[in-house]
Formats: sequence, C-alpha cells, structure tokens
Amino acid sequence: MSLLGVDVPPVSHVTIWGSGPLGINKTVVIYLFALIATVAVFYFGTRKKDALVPSGILQNTAESSIGFVRNQIIMQTMGVDGLGYLPYLATLFFFIFFSNITEILPGVQFPANARFGVPLVLALLTWIIFNVVGIKRQGPGHYFVNSVFPPLGDMPLVGKIAMYALLAPIEFLSTFIIRPFSLMVRLFANMLAGHLILTTFAVLTAALWAAKITVIIAPLSFALLVAMTGFEVLVSFLQAFIFAILTAVYIDISMHPAH
Amino acid sequence: MVMLHLLLAAAAADPTKGLTAIGRGIVYGAAAIGPGIGIGLVVGNAITAMARQPESAGTVRTTMFLGIAFTEALALFGFVLAFIISG
Repeated sequence: MSLLGVDVPPVSHVTIWGSGPLGINKTVVIYLFALIATVAVFYFGTRKKDALVPSGILQNTAESSIGFVRNQIIMQTMGVDGLGYLPYLATLFFFIFFSNITEILPGVQFPANARFGVPLVLALLTWIIFNVVGIKRQGPGHYFVNSVFPPLGDMPLVGKIAMYALLAPIEFLSTFIIRPFSLMVRLFANMLAGHLILTTFAVLTAALWAAKITVIIAPLSFALLVAMTGFEVLVSFLQAFIFAILTAVYIDISMHPAH
Repeated sequence: MVMLHLLLAAAAADPTKGLTAIGRGIVYGAAAIGPGIGIGLVVGNAITAMARQPESAGTVRTTMFLGIAFTEALALFGFVLAFIISG
C-alpha cells in the first residue's frame, strides 16, 4: 500500500525506528498534513475576529472548537486558573485529532499516531510542562513532597511511617515515570489496535470474496468493517480529547496540590 | 491431554515460534481481565449516577472518560507487551 510513493512502515517496525533521521514515510507525510491543517484552521479561522457574528465554515469551526476546549476540558478540570493553557491544549487536541482521523480517510487509511515516536514527544512535552508548573507554583521542595507524600489525615506516627514506606515509592513511580509512559502508550496502542482491527476485517472481506463458496458470509465481515470504521471516528476524537484532558488534569494537580 | 500433545507437537516442529505466539496470546488475555472488570464498574456506576441525577450528566461523563482512560492503560500495556515479546 502506498501513497505518493511513500510506504507504510510494517507492523514489525512498531518497536524499531525508521530508516535514518530523514527517512520520510507515510507517517511523516500524515504528520505534516496534521500540522498544516491545525495551523490553517486557526490562522484562516481567526482573520475576521473583529466581526461580531462569526461567518464561514472555518471561523465557525475555530470558534466553536475553542469554546469546546475551554468549557469541556479546562473549566471541568483546572477552572479559571487554567485558561492560560488554552493555546497548548487546543493545539494538542487538534494536532492529535487530525493525525488520528486519517485512519478512516479513504486512500490514506493509516493513523499516524499508531507509531509511537510523536506520541512519546507529546507525552514528554506534557511531562515537562506539569513539572515546571509544579516547581513554579509550589517551589521544588514542596512540589516533590506534595507529589510523593500525599496527605494521610489523622493517624498515629507509626502508621504514617508504615504507610509512607509503602506509598512513597508507588507515588514517585506513578507521578514521574508511569504518567508520561501511559499517556504515550494510551494514544499509540489505541490507534494501532483500531488500525489492526480495520485491516483484519478488510483483508478478511477480500479473502472471503475471492474464494468461491464463502462469498455468502462476506457481507457479514463487510458490515462489521463498516461498523468498526464508524467506531474508529469516535475513538479518534476520544483519544485526542483524553490526551488533552489528562494533560489538563496533570497540570491541575501541579497547580492545586491536595491539602 | 490432547491439547498438551498438540502444543508439544507444535513446539517440537518449531520450538520457539509456537511458544512465542502462545505467550503473546496469554499476555494480552491476562492483561485484559482486570481492566475489563474495571471499565465495567466505571461505566456502570456512571450510568447509575446519570440516571439518578440527569443534570450532572456532563460532569459525570467527563469523569467517566478519565476513569476509563486510567483503567484501560493496563490493558494497553499488555497489548504493547504482546508486540514486544519476540522469539
């Protein structure tokens, strides 16, 4: 399968980097498309921002999606404090959404986020941001203590020591190591799994169609392929939403520690 | 017993390849048990909450997606691990 002469990396390349630093394959082309699409929507959508009533499909898309990120992602997690992070979260949401939605785009049919390079970079970016926010808002010492030693409430001293001996290593691992790793894996594995399911049913339909007698059950496989395609639209949106809202939640925890 | 003989026969033909495939299947299957139960609990309770208090449906839905995201991470670790296992 190829698009403009650039090949899809095979599944066995999931854990292998591509061919050299400048090897351009289909994944890179899709990321460039996502980058240009994200910039274009907000550049051309906000040119008439003085107009009181928004007009045109681009301006309506840009304004309602900013409203969505503001009301559904930021106000639900960080509150008014977090409105400064709206540009980062909106960019994150749209970049991930555009590189996911190519999964069901006819002729492309490959989610760029099914290869873990860029999700890893995005997760590390989020990791850097929530750590920097925590250190800035609480100071390095308080930030570390608040994230590794969560408040326990009333308890005798021996119980506290025993609990912290158990909790501190777990909290440290979960905050500083598992968080970025699970952000990366969640996005990449969801898209890879969806792509594999679509590929499986497409190949199965073709194989059933090619054989003589199994043509009768080919429509069943095809119907499931259509249904899964619809489901993958939802998954593409949901994964972009979850990545953005988890970023917001992590920044919120760094800004407002538990008392 | 028959199953075991089949497995041993498969392993004798190509000792590493068959066992790797079995290992991959077991890894993903085992990793999916807990998150399956967990996501069921999360969504079930979220539906109960929405039915009892429809005006809070928006907040509950957002929190439900967060809960699902944290729970399914474990299954996805298993999914990735199944790919990483090589024989």
